[in-house]
Parts: sequence; structure tokens; C-alpha cells
Amino acid sequence: MAILIDKNTRVMTQGITGKTGQFHTRMCRDYANGKNCFVAGVNPKKPGEDFEGIPIYATVKEAKQASGATVSVIYVPPPFAAAAIDEAVEAELDLVICITEGIPVRDMLRTRYKMQGRKTRLIGPNCPGIITPDEIKIGIMPGHIHKKGRIGVVSRSGTLTYEAVGQLTALGLGQSSCVGIGGDPINGLKHLDVLRLFNDDPETDAVVMVGEIGGSDEEACARWIKDNMKKPVVGFIAGITAPPGKRMGHAGAIISGGQGGADTKLAVMEECGIHITRNPAEMGRVMQKILGSSK
Amino acid sequence: MKIHEYQAKEILREFGVATPRGIACFSVDQAVAAASKLGGSVWAVKAQIHAGGRGKGGGVKVARSLDEVRQLAAKILGMTLITHQTGAQGQVVRRLLLEQGADIKKELYIGMVVDRSSQRVCLMASSEGGMDIEQVAAITPEKIHKVLIGPLTGLTDQDADDIVRKIGVAESTVTETRALLQNLYRAFDGTDASLVEINPLILTADDHVLALDAKMNFDDNALFRHPEIAALRDLDEEDPAEIEASKYGLSYISLDGNIGCLVNGAGLAMATMDIIKLYGGSPANFLDVGGGATAEKVAEAFKLMLRNPKLQAILVNIFGGIMKCDVIAEGVVAAAREVQLSVPLVVRLEGTNVDLGKKILAESGLPIISASNMADAAEKAVTAAMGV
Repeated sequence: MAILIDKNTRVMTQGITGKTGQFHTRMCRDYANGKNCFVAGVNPKKPGEDFEGIPIYATVKEAKQASGATVSVIYVPPPFAAAAIDEAVEAELDLVICITEGIPVRDMLRTRYKMQGRKTRLIGPNCPGIITPDEIKIGIMPGHIHKKGRIGVVSRSGTLTYEAVGQLTALGLGQSSCVGIGGDPINGLKHLDVLRLFNDDPETDAVVMVGEIGGSDEEACARWIKDNMKKPVVGFIAGITAPPGKRMGHAGAIISGGQGGADTKLAVMEECGIHITRNPAEMGRVMQKILGSSK
Repeated sequence: MKIHEYQAKEILREFGVATPRGIACFSVDQAVAAASKLGGSVWAVKAQIHAGGRGKGGGVKVARSLDEVRQLAAKILGMTLITHQTGAQGQVVRRLLLEQGADIKKELYIGMVVDRSSQRVCLMASSEGGMDIEQVAAITPEKIHKVLIGPLTGLTDQDADDIVRKIGVAESTVTETRALLQNLYRAFDGTDASLVEINPLILTADDHVLALDAKMNFDDNALFRHPEIAALRDLDEEDPAEIEASKYGLSYISLDGNIGCLVNGAGLAMATMDIIKLYGGSPANFLDVGGGATAEKVAEAFKLMLRNPKLQAILVNIFGGIMKCDVIAEGVVAAAREVQLSVPLVVRLEGTNVDLGKKILAESGLPIISASNMADAAEKAVTAAMGV
């Protein structure tokens, strides 16, 4: 089933009545099997109403019980988004995808703390979401650039993920699933978690991993890959030219205390057997070359 | 967001963290008046800029008479302070902190940051205070002690005492230091700080602890619930271009090169800078127009880039997802007309409605250099910037 989601996944939207929530729910519903997948919305003030035929419930728990949805996507504004994640975790959903950008770090620290030992997985916040091409799209990525296939994609950024996907599709290399894990310092699934899923997925042959400056998640992931990954991985890190101490858009994209530089990350990744490229226009071609030589 | 040392100390005092007595000053006369008001015979005259390394750069001095306070204040106020954090252009000193001198027995280091890998606030402490902590980390990492703080428990007595003893605080001062660290954490948590650094935390001759220096940074995403902290923003300390950009919801950072970049998305914006470098050029800025760019935003972005006298070319790199390429193309054309573009413009469009976008550019009659992919765009921009 690729990873995490497929055409049989049932999804509720938290924040379905806001402008962003409405727009993207419509786009997701219109993609592949979306009409059957997007089955509920949540808004405590509008239970009993519906959004273009999608019923709205007061709470996540009620939405889950009534619709059978086990996955939620969140477009709730930043001051309330962490509480929305908490509610989904409390309701024991399988997966929560938080698109919202700009959630205070302090809120996420508490939310992640409360998630310990719970079954719910979190993607994001501040991410484009996840797509399994031709089956289901949960998030804000443009569906039409994707093509069904056997390459997994995982990335911290939005449009740079689209760039990687666009290159793969142009070369005829389809994708199993594409996951944007988001650009915030405190988030849910890390590169490592997603790589683990791709490693175990029989429908994925290889992975493109796109990272950026800040933190050391890519290094941790690279070390895991060295010891465990059975499939080839292509890697790129954005921000080789970024100056230290400056936050490059994403809250997490900052080189601080001599840590998190792109060169260090790339060096560790290369050491661990990842096929790195320093050219963001070459991600697709490097993958093509590797697949060609392994056949 | 960053604030000044004197502002950080005011916040810390509210949370019960002991600091030397001090007064912020904006003129030499104020500094002298502050010194006589504070009393005593030794004062620290401290330049207030957002960058670190002020002492080494000559921005922190000790005065032993009011005359000396006057001399030093006159020298430091208005000086361009160059430190390892200001860059070569330095930062003009517009504010001073006049502080009562302290009798230092020992200097310690205390820091709190959000640690990404453990997803906790991490308290760091070291017996090697007063030094550049990054050097301590590189040379004697065993001298830096860490404890992770649970968001629901706060800094426990046990954890605080353990780390306080590890950095060599005498038994008689352990309780006082524990309280200071716990108050420091309450300040960190209560203000949505992203970093607090006390370097040095000093043990005084009479066995008390004092925060001799203080640095606080805050989470921009949380400023909406701290208007009192947002009000401490000092625009003099920020790049005018970056301030202007933030008014329009643009994320902009000035760099040293000559190729302006206008990109949607932070990751792609960084990657665009990287590929320019890879093809032998140098980016003039980081600029993320964000997901909801309008023609107006694009026009403002152009104006910002064109203010840079070093600018030799502009590269627009858009991967349209939700943002449609035709909307961007219209914005680019309108902006190029409005600002009377004086440098070559390379545009790479990809994604939703790309053909329509390209058609709009082609039919505009403007001398726009169209690129088919990111590599092609970088190559063309680098060539254009060289003027060949």
C-alpha cells in the first residue's frame, strides 16, 4: 500500500470550514479516490452542517465514530493547531497530518510530550502533507505533477519536494508515496521514521531524501541508513550557501552553534552510502543513473 | 526575535533571576547620571547591540570614576562595533547599559535552548564561564553538562542541584543557584523564548549568584501572545531591507552576491541560492514570496531586490503548486513594467498552468530570459550577471 495511506484510507478535516481548509479539501476530494476518502469534517461550532456534502462533527471523536475516519488533516490556525493535534491523539487516530504553519514551539513541545506512548503518528506541522499518487492526496501539494510508481520521496520543505517529484516524473520515474515532514524544529515523523517505512514497503524500490540546514536529523537518518537500509537513497541538502545565525524562512532552517550546516550533513550522508548531489537540478537524474546501474 | 541585554535582564528580574543593578542610557549625560544614581566606585559601561562578542570588540569597559564613565560612554556610544557576529560592516552602538561593578569570584556558563532531537528544552551549564561556549564545546566538551527539561514538570530540584554541583558551585550556594535556574526556566517557558544564555553567571566574593550578562531570543511564532515582548523590537538592529520585506509578508535575507532570487518556498529558495553558487555565481539575497503571493507582493519583492546597488541580474524560480504560474507571470510582468527593470531577468516557471504563464511572459514584449529548468535558469542568470 505504499506507506501510511492508500485509496482505502478514510480522512477527516479539522478546520474544514476555514478558507484554506475548504480550498484544499476540495482539491483533495477531486484527486484520484478522494471522493471516497474524505468523509468528515470537524468544527465545534458547526456540528450537523456539511461542507459540499461532507458531514461536519463537533469533535474528532464523534467524527471518527460516525465516519470511520482514522486519519486527520489539520488546517486550524496556529494559536489553536496544537490543541487540534492533541484532540486527534486523544481520539486515537492512526495518523495526523498538520499543514498549519507558524505554531509556537512551546505548544509543540507540550503536544509531542503528551504524544509519548500513544499510537498516533504525526506528520508536520508546517508541511505540504502526504500523497500516494493515483490513490489519495492529503495536503496542499499539486496532484498533477505526481505519477504512480516505485520511488519514495521524503523532504522537509514544500516546493523543493515538488521540484524533486517534478524531476522524477519528467524522467518517467513514478512515486510510491511522497511525504513532506515539515520545516519546524519540533515535529512528528523525522526523515529516519519515514525511511524506515519506505524500507519495509514492498512497493518502494528507492528513496529521494531532501533535507535542509538546521538540526541533525539528516545525520541521524544517514547513520540508520548505513546499518539498515536495503534500498538505494539519493540525498540533497538545501542551504550550502546559507549564512550562519540566519533563519532561512523555515523556523527550523538555521545554522546555529556551528551545527546544522549543509556541508557537514552532506559529508555524513555520503559516508553512510547515500548518493548525494550538490545540485538540486540533478536529484532525478542521479536516481535514474542508480536505478539504471542496478539493473 | 532578539532583544538587548538590558531588556533581557529586566525580564529575568521579573522572574526572580538576580542581576547587577543597572540603567539603560541613550546619551553620555544619561550614563554619568546613571552611574551616580547607582553609587559605588566601579561601573561597567556596556554597549547594547544584538550581536555577541561585544567585550572583545571593545564595547564593554570598566570605569572607576565618574570622569571615566563619561570618557568611556562618549567613546562607546556611536562607535561601530565589529564582532564575530556583526559581520565586517559592524553595528553602530546607540544604547548603553550602565551597571554597578561586581566582585567576581568565579564565572560560569548557563544556556537554555530548544533541543530538536530530544524535543525538550535543554539546560546547558559549564564551569567555563565568560568564554566563547562554542570553543568550550569544541575543546573540552566534557566541561559542558546538560539536562533535558520535561515541559509538564519544569526543572526539578534534583536535576537542578545535580548540574549546579557539576559546575563547581560551593555547597552553601547550591540552593540559591537552584532557585536561579528554576526561575530562569520559568522565564524561558513563560515568554516563549527560543534561547536564553547567561554568560557569565558569576559567583560573587560574598557567595551569591548573579546573571552578569543575559541574552534572550524569542519564538517569532509566539509573539502574538506576548505584545510586551514584541514591543521591545529594535529596528535599528535589523537590516532595513528585511524590515521592509516583513511588512509585505516576504521572507528576505540580504547576502553578499549580485544575483537577486525570487522564489516560492524556503527550501526551494535555499536550493536556488545553492545552484547559483554551483554555477559560479553569487546570490544577492534569500527571498521566499510564500504560498500566497499576489502580483502586488511580487512587485514589492522586485523593488526590494532592485534597491541593492550590487544587483546584476534577477532569477525568478517558481514551482507553482497552489500558486498558479499565470498569476506569477502576470505579477512579474506588472512588476517589471512598474519598476523599470534595469538588470537582466531570468524566469523559470514550473507547475500549475505553466504554459499559460510562459505565454504571458513571451507576449509581454519585455526582455525576459526564459529558462526551462532550474539548472538552465542558474546558468543563464550567472551568465547575465557577468554581462556577457
